[in-house]
Amino acid sequence: MKSVSLSRWLLLGEWRAHILQVIVAIMAIAIGIALGYSIHLINTAAFNEFSAASKNLSGQSDLQVHGRSAFFDESLYPMLAKYEGVALANPVLELDVVMPNKLQNRNDHKLKIVGLDMFRATQISPDLLGVPVEGKRLDGLADDAIFLSPAAMEWLQVEQGDVLSLNAGLQTITLRVAGGLVRARSGQRIAVMDIGAAQWRFQQLGLLSRIELKLKHGVNHAAFKAELTKQLGDQYLVVEVTDQETRIANMSRAYRVNLNMLALVALFTGAFLVFSTQALSVIRRRQQFAMLRVLGFTRRQLLRQIVLEGALLGMIGSLLGLGLGYAIAAMAIQFLGGDLGSNFFPGIKPSIDFNPLAALTFFLIGLGVTVLGSMAPAFEAVRAKPALALRSGSEDAALSKLSTPWFAMFCLMLAMLFTQLPPVFELPIFGYLAIALLLIGGIALMPRFAARIFTSLQNVWGAQAGAMVTLVLARLANAPNQAAIALGGILASFSLMVAMAIMVTSFRVSVDGWLTHVLPADLYVRTVSVGDQGGFQLSEQKAMAGLSGFERVDFFRTQQLRLDPGRPEIMLIARPIDSIDPRNTLPMVDDAMTPTVLPEGVTPIWVSEAMVDLYGYRPGEKVSLPIGKAADTVFNEFVVAGVWRDYGRQFGAVQMQLADYQRLTGDTSVNNLAVWLGSGATLDAAMANLRQLPFGDALEISKSRDMRALSLEIFDRSFAVTYLLEIVAVVIGLLGVGASFSAQTLARAKEFGMLRHIGVMRRQVLVMLAAEGGLLTAMGIVLGFVLGWAISLILVFIVNPQSFHWTMQLHLPWGWLTMVAVIMLVSAAMTALIAGRRAVSGNVIRAVREDW
Amino acid sequence: MNMSKRWGQYDLLSLIRMIILLFSLFAANTLAETSRLMPVVPGHALTFPHDYGAHQDFRIEWWYMTGWLETEDKKPLGFQVTFFRYATDQNHDNPSRFAAKYLIIAHVALSDPAAGKLMHAEKTAREGFELAYAKPGNTDVKLDEWTLVREENGRYLVDMRTEDFGLQLALTPTQKVLLQGENGFSRKGLEPEQASYYYSEPHLRVTGTVLRQSKPVAVSGSAWLDHEWSTAYLDPNADGWDWVGANLDDGSALMAFQIRGKKGGKVWAYAALRDPSGQVKFFSPEQVEFTPTRTWQSPHTEAVYPVAMHIRTGEIEWQLTPLLDDQELDSRQSAGAVYWEGAVTLTRDRQPAGRGYLELTGYVKPLAL
Repeated sequence: MKSVSLSRWLLLGEWRAHILQVIVAIMAIAIGIALGYSIHLINTAAFNEFSAASKNLSGQSDLQVHGRSAFFDESLYPMLAKYEGVALANPVLELDVVMPNKLQNRNDHKLKIVGLDMFRATQISPDLLGVPVEGKRLDGLADDAIFLSPAAMEWLQVEQGDVLSLNAGLQTITLRVAGGLVRARSGQRIAVMDIGAAQWRFQQLGLLSRIELKLKHGVNHAAFKAELTKQLGDQYLVVEVTDQETRIANMSRAYRVNLNMLALVALFTGAFLVFSTQALSVIRRRQQFAMLRVLGFTRRQLLRQIVLEGALLGMIGSLLGLGLGYAIAAMAIQFLGGDLGSNFFPGIKPSIDFNPLAALTFFLIGLGVTVLGSMAPAFEAVRAKPALALRSGSEDAALSKLSTPWFAMFCLMLAMLFTQLPPVFELPIFGYLAIALLLIGGIALMPRFAARIFTSLQNVWGAQAGAMVTLVLARLANAPNQAAIALGGILASFSLMVAMAIMVTSFRVSVDGWLTHVLPADLYVRTVSVGDQGGFQLSEQKAMAGLSGFERVDFFRTQQLRLDPGRPEIMLIARPIDSIDPRNTLPMVDDAMTPTVLPEGVTPIWVSEAMVDLYGYRPGEKVSLPIGKAADTVFNEFVVAGVWRDYGRQFGAVQMQLADYQRLTGDTSVNNLAVWLGSGATLDAAMANLRQLPFGDALEISKSRDMRALSLEIFDRSFAVTYLLEIVAVVIGLLGVGASFSAQTLARAKEFGMLRHIGVMRRQVLVMLAAEGGLLTAMGIVLGFVLGWAISLILVFIVNPQSFHWTMQLHLPWGWLTMVAVIMLVSAAMTALIAGRRAVSGNVIRAVREDW
Repeated sequence: MNMSKRWGQYDLLSLIRMIILLFSLFAANTLAETSRLMPVVPGHALTFPHDYGAHQDFRIEWWYMTGWLETEDKKPLGFQVTFFRYATDQNHDNPSRFAAKYLIIAHVALSDPAAGKLMHAEKTAREGFELAYAKPGNTDVKLDEWTLVREENGRYLVDMRTEDFGLQLALTPTQKVLLQGENGFSRKGLEPEQASYYYSEPHLRVTGTVLRQSKPVAVSGSAWLDHEWSTAYLDPNADGWDWVGANLDDGSALMAFQIRGKKGGKVWAYAALRDPSGQVKFFSPEQVEFTPTRTWQSPHTEAVYPVAMHIRTGEIEWQLTPLLDDQELDSRQSAGAVYWEGAVTLTRDRQPAGRGYLELTGYVKPLAL
């Protein structure tokens, strides 16, 4: 027989005989690849679309000049337009305007309006020009015209010629939809209008968001940038396109990387399952392979045969996984959006882009993992002496090489070491490596552990317990390696699930507590704000504070500040803060500096944890921030008086006393107010009072309990994909239990036949199997819990602070964990039982004879 | 005669006239809706130097200069400079400094036979921030770094440089201002408000520098300037116009046009001929007659243009002969107009008389599909 046909014959024979295991192995690898690939696709699509949309907005400029806060005075524009070396200066006013008819969706109710001078923009961002109808060319300059992208028209349900109502500060204005845009990205929700009209209609007279520069030919960009930066001083940031890209990448990097890591976890679990399936299959067939060797099959041929089997499985599984992943990604983007419902990338509509390289990478990962999974046992099978391997009962020994304690100990030690390392590129790379090492080490340590525990159990109970218990314990104690492989799947999936559950619960409980702390008032009122101006002037503040039924009113002035051109803006919140004990106002992380310790004459600020991580602010340190009167030097010195926890803004936030802010800036406007009701006043009455003010229609009034509920709802939605991944991990784990038990029980057909011969009842064999399965699973659950707890520590105390720059307290969801543990225990025992029924149902005589 | 030089020049001129055409059409359509802009009325005496400056109450205004230059090695160059001021009639109440109340549009072109092609550049900006303006009182127009200024002594200074070419010229008047029409009131149609205020300054003596491939070259030559402002230029029933402007060899200047109605026939016509002594003879609409003597069908648009034209102004017979038939300009990709504009030679009563430009607009037929 030729070796090719022999090889095919061996392969098909094996697969026909164990079709279920083959299917499970293929499914495992397919699911792992599908998850990894789909999340990669979704993330890439969302990110690409997000940066393309941002680039579309910022056009083809060489440099951009930004202020420290969102807006700056327009007097910079003529200065830059005349600046030596500047070919073109394009002034831009960008506003996020609240749409009154979209208020019910608090998180997604803004329209980005770009105010442009079409004559300047035509050379820098030609795509953003409005397209007026025939004969109405001057609509591009009209003070009542707005141009909408197709997505914006669809969102707002308007067409060219319709009238659109928008909130501008405390008033509602109407604009005429004059047409579409030259080219907006599909799904990109933006509007364009004349810059002069935008300044006027949205009460931003004299303000710009940025100025885009095109330099003359031959001007050295770097030298020009340095010169201009020096010339403009600290007040302005001169930004290159690359800075812009960094900033966009920074904005979503943590989110994307963490999702990718979750996908890798799924891939890892799948890979482990493939590994165990392959390993068990090779071990089960040791005698068959030994026989082939005896019949003249060379080692090399044998090795090739085994690896070929694995490679075929890997190929089929990976291909299926790619297809499945693509389908999942397409569906997820269709129904959940590119941010999987977490509203991370608002106003865009990504579409999946098939990148052959990425697909090939995922295919190779799937293939590689499967091949590696078959390699280890294949080498062992090849190296085994045929004469020994032909004998029955040598299977367990075959696996002993896989479980050297040194390897496991090394992994665990390395994991411990990695937990101490700082983030790489602001990402918790070592944290994730530590998790992987913990898993590998834990699983590798399993056989020793199982042997130790079951031996001691045997020693304790062995003597007085019945024959069945003795049999079960003896089996588990003396064939720990096979037990361990069955256990590995449970261990991996359960520990990951425990870890995720603990992390999410810790996060949720912390967020819940934090929300209670940061939303102490009864009502929160804000203007339907435009841009960054405080919408309430003094007269309006007075009118609101003077309403009846209000016991206390706190005013907030929030503003965005740009400290680093490569990072998203930070939030400045100026509000009354309890100066005796800031903890009464702010959710402090540590003990704040007491006012007596604070240096004299320096204004205190309280910074969020992200400020510490990203900008290196330390309590007690003096820092300078661009908060001040625009006319004189904008920077002022502040002292960091404490660090507070902020789950709302991962890019950083700073709080200061409102009085300090007003003293430094002279800006008395505010954006928000918090209202505490007096006794006897009802929420509804207070809201009605506010609504009756002349500007009542422009107020956004929220009850604090609604805000809390909404925030938690958003939280849950963001983690929906996490729950999905957890469930998949559990299913994969259970598949693993089923696969390994059915493989084992089949391999142990001889043993069961022998037991039946010496008088053990069929029912007893089944009970024995269920007990084995149950005991193994119980141990897997206990160990999985320990391992999962350790992983959750890494997630809670390393991964989260390093990626999102916030800390949280550990909370364990006992009830949920217990429930999952019981479900797993029962289903594992059932799986073992079902798998066992097949083994004991066969002909007893034949089962015993097989070996002799 | 160098063809490439002429070509470039005419391309650009047609561009300018096209913009005038577009704006004029627009002006006619919207006059009824607005009362903020002033109509052009007869009997209004132009006063100088005030009328050298901008007239913000009128919709459109332009300063238009063309001329022939010579380098020191006697190589000819053509140049053309135009500044438009256009009132958007929008943003009246908008206090923003960006409010687009007026636009400034500028064109510069240099026809250089040595380069074998026309070099041209154009810009548009809203008036504001002292970056772009057209000031009243005297000619003082600026668009970013491009400027056209009339000095107290009447001399014009033009500075229009781009990255690869440009010009810095001084243009000194040698003759009096020529008021077109009735003392500068130039009618364009039957309705009295369809008119412009219009004066010319012919025979400007030019000295200065031209930049070619960023290298300066000293030049001298002669040029002419038109300054025209109006609110309603063209009759809504007008189909297009035929226009000729010519420098005559004996020092006279001829300008003639007819505005054609949509139903055929002429809506209006005008001609002025100034003799070397400065005597101007004006011709009434009935005295001006355009008669096609040969047509040419464009292979590009299938439009039929009367490229050779016989013009009668009173007793004088002019024959216009094109240098080339295909001088059609198709700008439908950008601004949407297609028309013919080209170099012509003139004979006066069958005697060679000079050179000029013929412009034929409104002849486009829909493409046969």
